[in-house]
Amino acid sequence: MSDYAFYLWGAYGVTFVALLLEVVFLRKRKREAKT
Amino acid sequence: MNWFWYASPQTFYPLAGRMAPWFAGAAALLAVAGLYIGFFVAPTDAQQGEVYRIIFIHVPAAWLSMFIYVVMAFWAALGLAFNTRLSGMMANALAPTGALFTFIALWTGSLWGRPTWGTYWVWDARLTSELVLLFLYLGFIALQAAIDDPRRADRAGALLAIVGGVNIPIIHYSVVWWNTLHQGASVSVTKGASMQSQMLSAMLLMALAFWMYSIAVSLVRVRCVIRERGEA
Repeated sequence: MSDYAFYLWGAYGVTFVALLLEVVFLRKRKREAKT
Repeated sequence: MNWFWYASPQTFYPLAGRMAPWFAGAAALLAVAGLYIGFFVAPTDAQQGEVYRIIFIHVPAAWLSMFIYVVMAFWAALGLAFNTRLSGMMANALAPTGALFTFIALWTGSLWGRPTWGTYWVWDARLTSELVLLFLYLGFIALQAAIDDPRRADRAGALLAIVGGVNIPIIHYSVVWWNTLHQGASVSVTKGASMQSQMLSAMLLMALAFWMYSIAVSLVRVRCVIRERGEA
């Protein structure tokens, strides 16, 4: 596992961060659209 | 139920607001179930070891990248043919999520490829056509952003989306038509699945989770677009 941890968690980590950023930016856009 | 009632931005706006939380909730539940099976139930792969678990996000992301493009091109074509305002807005709302899933498919595929193939990237037909898909999404977003009049932007974007649609069958059949390093399909409608059932369950649950997530964020985004265009 330790040999491949970088690849596995690199894939899951970036995916999670990418989806999270989309939600964060969307919430910001939603707030701005309402004002 | 009169579905055409919801074809106008004003009537679709509150409906999208009511539906989005349900899809978001379904996405969260499916993702928890998919990740649980993927990490705690599905066995370690005999040849690849633990790193194969990347496929639980790579394959669903790749499916969604193509599926969202088809849906986006469908809405774009509908808007072009019938001049319906909401269609262009839907296409506009889907593009960023489609681009995101294309990036995730490329990124996770690259991280799977290094320990499995010995390289992060090769210019084979599957990888290259998926990269072209990312450029199509980015081109669509950039083109729409570059035109001030939203209706003109929708029409210009629609043409690009429809023409770019030719890339979808190329991605899908690339592993059949050309000799690629990327392997053929692991799941087929006609041949079934060539993988262990728990691995398949995790992958399908994650695909459903990504699908529900895409609908949820697209509904929220289309509400933003409707407001920004002063239609709500």
